[in-house]
Amino acid sequence: MSPHAQAGYDLEAAAERVASWARSGEEVEVYVARALETDVRAYAGEVESLTSATSAGVGVRVVADHRQGFAWAGSLEEAVLAETLAAARDNAGFAVPDEHLALAVPDGVPPVAVDLFDPSLAQVPTADKVALALDLEARARGAHPAVRQVSSADYGDVVVETALVSTTGVRATGRRTSAYASVSVIAGDGDASQTGTGFTVGRSYDVLDPEAAAAEAVERAVRMLGAAKGGSGRMTVVFDRRVTSTLLGALAAALSGEAAAKGRSFFADRLGEQVAEASVTLVDDPTDVRAYGAAVYDGEGLACRRNVLVDGGVLREFLYDTVTARRVGARPNGAAVRGGYAGLPGPGCRALVLSGGSEDLDEPGVLATVGEGLYVQSVTGVHSGVSPVSGDVSVGAEGLRIRDGHLAEPVREVTVASTFQRMLRSMVAVGADLAFLPGVAAGQTVAVADMQVSGT
Amino acid sequence: MIEAPVLERVLAEALRHGGHFAEVFAEDRSTSSVVLDDRRLEDLTSGRERGAGIRVVVGETTGFAHTADLSEAGLLAAAAAAAEVARRSGASRPRPAVGLGAGSHVLPDGETPLVPKATAVELLGRADDAARSAGSAVTQVQAGLASSRRRVLVANSEGVLIGDEQVRTRLSVSCVAVGDAGLQTGFETAARTCGAELFDEVDPEELARLAARRALVKLSARPAPTGVVPVVLAGGSGGILFHEACGHGLEADHIAKDASVYAGRLGEVVASPLVTLVDDGTVASEWGTSTIDDEGHPARRNVLIEDGVLVDYLWDHLRARRGQRTSSGNGRRQSYQHLPMVRMTNTFLLPGSDDADEIVAQTPSGVYVAKLGGGQVNTTTGDFVFGTTEAYLIEDGRLTAPLRDANLIGNGPEVLRRIDAVGADFGMMPGTCGKDGQSVPVGCGQATLRITGVTVGGTAG
Repeated sequence: MSPHAQAGYDLEAAAERVASWARSGEEVEVYVARALETDVRAYAGEVESLTSATSAGVGVRVVADHRQGFAWAGSLEEAVLAETLAAARDNAGFAVPDEHLALAVPDGVPPVAVDLFDPSLAQVPTADKVALALDLEARARGAHPAVRQVSSADYGDVVVETALVSTTGVRATGRRTSAYASVSVIAGDGDASQTGTGFTVGRSYDVLDPEAAAAEAVERAVRMLGAAKGGSGRMTVVFDRRVTSTLLGALAAALSGEAAAKGRSFFADRLGEQVAEASVTLVDDPTDVRAYGAAVYDGEGLACRRNVLVDGGVLREFLYDTVTARRVGARPNGAAVRGGYAGLPGPGCRALVLSGGSEDLDEPGVLATVGEGLYVQSVTGVHSGVSPVSGDVSVGAEGLRIRDGHLAEPVREVTVASTFQRMLRSMVAVGADLAFLPGVAAGQTVAVADMQVSGT
Repeated sequence: MIEAPVLERVLAEALRHGGHFAEVFAEDRSTSSVVLDDRRLEDLTSGRERGAGIRVVVGETTGFAHTADLSEAGLLAAAAAAAEVARRSGASRPRPAVGLGAGSHVLPDGETPLVPKATAVELLGRADDAARSAGSAVTQVQAGLASSRRRVLVANSEGVLIGDEQVRTRLSVSCVAVGDAGLQTGFETAARTCGAELFDEVDPEELARLAARRALVKLSARPAPTGVVPVVLAGGSGGILFHEACGHGLEADHIAKDASVYAGRLGEVVASPLVTLVDDGTVASEWGTSTIDDEGHPARRNVLIEDGVLVDYLWDHLRARRGQRTSSGNGRRQSYQHLPMVRMTNTFLLPGSDDADEIVAQTPSGVYVAKLGGGQVNTTTGDFVFGTTEAYLIEDGRLTAPLRDANLIGNGPEVLRRIDAVGADFGMMPGTCGKDGQSVPVGCGQATLRITGVTVGGTAG
């Protein structure tokens, strides 16, 4: 392994060093990251693959004369750091000046010290990780006679350390751990096969619950056995919490201040207007340690903070990075995200939570409220079928019919369609079963009236 | 990138605790991209990544490690980490050292240059102007040009030593138009496995106008009909449907796990007799083309379905070895940090003999898809969903009203059986294929064709 990728190599010092090479009149931001990961895949009672790897890289942004350039490299070697700065500088030379371009400056908001690092993960022997994957596979295989295959059972963990230093006074370091296990099963035979997935995530090995993940995957596959194509019509649709999390994740893109400023959000120009029922709030709060996307600092090194985006159904705020905030004359709100060292930061959600005023209902309670409708356990085609620009929503779905307030026969190969605009005004019930799932949004059981369901 | 004697020593270290197979995959990748967004040039990016992935196969188990350190010490450390699975299994004696070929297929000395930033800036400016002049309702344009050069070297314990340079260039334009129907989007992309010569064939302004037209047309679009209707796919508009709904189910890893509707069905009729499906990594400069795959096997042309009969699956090294046959050249990976797996290259339905216009003329009512967007498939059930990004109503054999974006939903095997007309025209489109968290460039293609019934999930009106 590269010495620069090993624990002990001082990331902050490396970032400081690159920033110190800035020329006068130049703003430089240096982001360095290192990850140590282990992945195990089990299949048919054996280890299919075992991966162990360390990786590290740097992303450098240069702003000079209101022109911005960026470069990245998958290495922290001294010569590479210098080359990367030079490439970023060179790129800036081709840009067109824009007075709003600037790096973040510290805004005095104190960071909330959410603890995202569990040191116990580093002490777990590889053999235990292998054993967890094998155990997960065996549990899923043995859970139900209809389970024909466990197509994959994975364990993975990662330790990530980052440092961000800029010539504008930003210093932000962080480290976090995460562990997950996921399993995917096939029930039934031939054309009648059905699949289900289950997972468990946490900040350490010890908190994972492979038994629950296996049970979830098996339940989702087995209850779909015998599914028929559904009919068409307008009806109330109940989204399970995983689906809600997915759809909110797509909605999140419309809450980006950049999307709004560039006319690529259906929320553009609607600040202060009623965009949802009066009971609806949408809050992005990465300082909530329970959130999967919890973070101390944003992608530009400002403190993450709780941002209330929709309150009482009224659109109150967008999420900003520095350049977007400057462009629209707003205050930055610590909402820059970056996908790693190889990309520029931009505004986005990390921990979006919906609430809707009826939080005493569990899933059966929501179903009872609805009475008749369609319960959706998974959706497909979200990337192509959900547009944060127009607000159109049209996704493939599978799930179960709701009859007399209970789950009834399984349904597959249907689409459900509406628009975000309409869905936000048609929420019949919001469950109390909030779960902080992987992704940028939490999810709970939610019922939305008047969705177009299309099947045969 | 790495000398043969070093590779030999690294492979020996990888097999120190035994194992059937060891491999070093080294990669040096450079990228350059420029995005002109909302008339602003704020995203000019360069990237560089170098490293090696080393795997050791022991029985059914693969050990894998990767490193960004291409020195002999760095490679030996990664080899030792990958060999951990063999030590754990208490497998067997060390394997004898490997002699690598004389390096007859090593990398070319000179690196092909990426598209210069100044050229990119100029081309994007022209595209932006062209999109905006397509109509006053066009309010937003984002144009991006990305080029990459990937130099790879593969050495394995079977004596293979081979290198390749892969240069790819991609131009894309997306537009937003505003009208009574709210915001509508249009997108078009051109991508080839080549350098700046992409622009000998592709006019950025024409491409931008096409993207703008897609957004503009939808301003007057009506909601798509819902229910099962005949669908005509325009030539080159929707090959991704066959990639997703059929190609993935023919990948030998899904077959081996009995996780595909096509498992155990070789020799059977699985599609209309009009269907011949091919995966071909050798088509000159297509987006999924390369000289070798990421396991060092030469790219090939593989016929998968011939006149409706399933004749073969797609194979990588590991699956082929277990199936006692040779790889079909379909072992690919996103980068040196990923394990290879069975992947498609350029996948297409061969053209037929019908006249494309006649296919529409002979369709009393239905939906004409001029451009399909992304999609997703469950390979186990064959169920798929795809978004349309440009579509029209067919009434009395003629294209009439434009339709808002909607989804097509169906089942791969069923759709293949329901193809009742295939045109003599043909077109390819580039795409990015995701599988198990890894993305690779692929090409997809088909002629104009008709599917007798697909469920269209309407937009809520």
